[in-house]
Amino acid sequence: MDLTLTQEEEAFRDEVRSWLGENDPGPEPEGEEAKFLFRRDWQHKMHEAGWAGISWPKEYGGRGASLIEQAIFSEEMARQKAPPPANVLGLVMGGPVVIAHGSEDQKERFLEPILSAAEIWCQGFSEPESGSDLASLKTKAVRENGGWRVSGQKVWTTYAHEAKWCMLLARTDTDAPKHKGLTYFICDMEQDGVEVRPLRQITGEAEFNEIFFEGAHVDEENLVGGEGNGWMVAITTLMHERAGLGAASAISVRRDLDELIEMINERGLGDDAVIRDRIAELKMGVEALRLGSLRALTQQMKVGIPGPEGSIAKWEWAMLNQKLTELAADVLGPEALRPGTEWSYRLLRSRANSIEGGTTDVMKNIVAERVLGLPRLR
Amino acid sequence: MDFGFNDEQQAIKETAREMLAKRSPLTAVREAAESRSYPDALWAEIRELGWPGIAIDEEHGGQGLGMVELVILSEELGYACAPTPFLSNAIAGLVIDAGGSAEQRDRWLGGIASGEGRGSIAGTGEEPGLVPDAEGAAVIGLDPMTEPRLVEASDANIEPVELIDATREYARVSADGGEPLEGDVATGLQRGAVALAAELTGIAQRAMELAVDYAKERQQFGRPIGAYQAVSHRCAGMLYDTEEARSLTYYAAWCSGAEPESLPLASHMAKARASDAAWRVTNDALQVLGGIGFTWEHDLHFLLKRAKVGSELFGDARMHRERVASLAGLAA
Repeated sequence: MDLTLTQEEEAFRDEVRSWLGENDPGPEPEGEEAKFLFRRDWQHKMHEAGWAGISWPKEYGGRGASLIEQAIFSEEMARQKAPPPANVLGLVMGGPVVIAHGSEDQKERFLEPILSAAEIWCQGFSEPESGSDLASLKTKAVRENGGWRVSGQKVWTTYAHEAKWCMLLARTDTDAPKHKGLTYFICDMEQDGVEVRPLRQITGEAEFNEIFFEGAHVDEENLVGGEGNGWMVAITTLMHERAGLGAASAISVRRDLDELIEMINERGLGDDAVIRDRIAELKMGVEALRLGSLRALTQQMKVGIPGPEGSIAKWEWAMLNQKLTELAADVLGPEALRPGTEWSYRLLRSRANSIEGGTTDVMKNIVAERVLGLPRLR
Repeated sequence: MDFGFNDEQQAIKETAREMLAKRSPLTAVREAAESRSYPDALWAEIRELGWPGIAIDEEHGGQGLGMVELVILSEELGYACAPTPFLSNAIAGLVIDAGGSAEQRDRWLGGIASGEGRGSIAGTGEEPGLVPDAEGAAVIGLDPMTEPRLVEASDANIEPVELIDATREYARVSADGGEPLEGDVATGLQRGAVALAAELTGIAQRAMELAVDYAKERQQFGRPIGAYQAVSHRCAGMLYDTEEARSLTYYAAWCSGAEPESLPLASHMAKARASDAAWRVTNDALQVLGGIGFTWEHDLHFLLKRAKVGSELFGDARMHRERVASLAGLAA
């Protein structure tokens, strides 16, 4: 057991840290569109310095970073409050799918513009009637001349209005069992059969969109991994979650916690027994999340799969973020409850943390079934 | 970065798990608890394996390993709910090692390392202090939080007390005088709290396994109860609590040797979280087991009771959380 970084790891961290220090893009602008353009420029800069897609193999323009290097990179990004790259879905999901399952032509066509953010990707998985039960999705693709014709509706799509490509999971065989009848497509968003509508959230913002496909066309060459293999293709990247994501999210919650502690001290509330207890609880949770993620990462490096600690990280993170913003709102009182203020936004936005990217309820099912081996209720 | 056990540590863990499964199954724990006495053979075997001296330096007859190795053993002994004076002796060793003079270390650590002249220490602040395994000890630490001192057991008044945890022996100990401990007792106590956090983590792990095994077998309404989400989500919660306690405990053990400046916060987090986790998980296990878990006949109550008493010793969760709040930066 040794939690210190090796010399090489330390050198890597220093390199990341100094680059981020010198190239700090500063705070993000207000407004969705401005924020997007800012993140696109930021990714462009990252790409030029070789920091976009660091987990990708070198032959495809990545850095071939080890799991621990990826974790270090994510931690440093969080520490420096660096914005995420604009094409995060392309980098984390689209690119890795093409690398793992795509043809040589597809790699040639799609990978470079993902890294440079020249082409933004979005993810067309969830549907109004298929959330946790993703494999029940109904969007249909039927054969037509030179490819496929798509109709259906997707929801909760980030950057759909900015995206050139959509990772589209559609049903190509209605007779097959639900997991077997799906195919993975890369669908061009710039066509008449695709309509994007913003989806307003409880925060008042529209971070997400709905996509309506009405006879949209996908070329045959944009099918990835073979007809009927869509579930398997989609799941490979979901399983290889970003290494160190838990550790990085712990770093940013820890930063938020420090900010909250400062706020409490400034208001002279540090001697309140209830607040002290809630802070202690959050502190332990944040550190347990960080350390559990590092344990999972060690396990993943040693045996290829993350340990059970990893499967609770998402659940832990969501709960911590929610509790933290609740305490902040209690400390600030009504001033935190005016729309448009930072903490009112965080309070409301964090409500989605236990839903997005796998609900906490589904995470518990996963822990129960895959880690503890309990029977499934089917 | 490697947040896992090395080969030697892994081997210690496996040896401990195997030995305790053979020599101290829950049937043996029950026997010891019902007769309120420790099986001599188990302690003799533990001594032969050199466990009592695992974290004591070789100069004093120990194995010269560290807190990580001690935590591994302590977790396994908690998992087995083993009736032995191992933990109290180990904590006494940690406190004397950090808080004693060279002379005190020379005098007592050898006996603690071999188990020949056991040590123990008061685990609560009131007077007279509550001391685990005082009877049969050679040396006892009293008033560790206020005016720490060592007394020879032969000079002390030892009044055995029965607590709900019958898998361990307890006594109220009072004595006049003794030799003051003038070194870094606080660090010794922090390490001790980490060793106890490890035991509590092991208890939580065992209770979770008992509950999960039962949830797979027990049928109601025509299917195993573990298929119901009310039950399976409760079990998932047990893993959550146990893993958080484990991560914080291993981290604190590592800090003790490699990053001592982080030990105070790490040890308070570990003991607070492990205390809460052990109690919560044993309770959740009882709920999953239902009626059978409430019977004397089932073994769960030994774990539940040891969890409760352990959570009160060497600082309860409330005390440790209070320290966490301060060390996290809250102004008082």
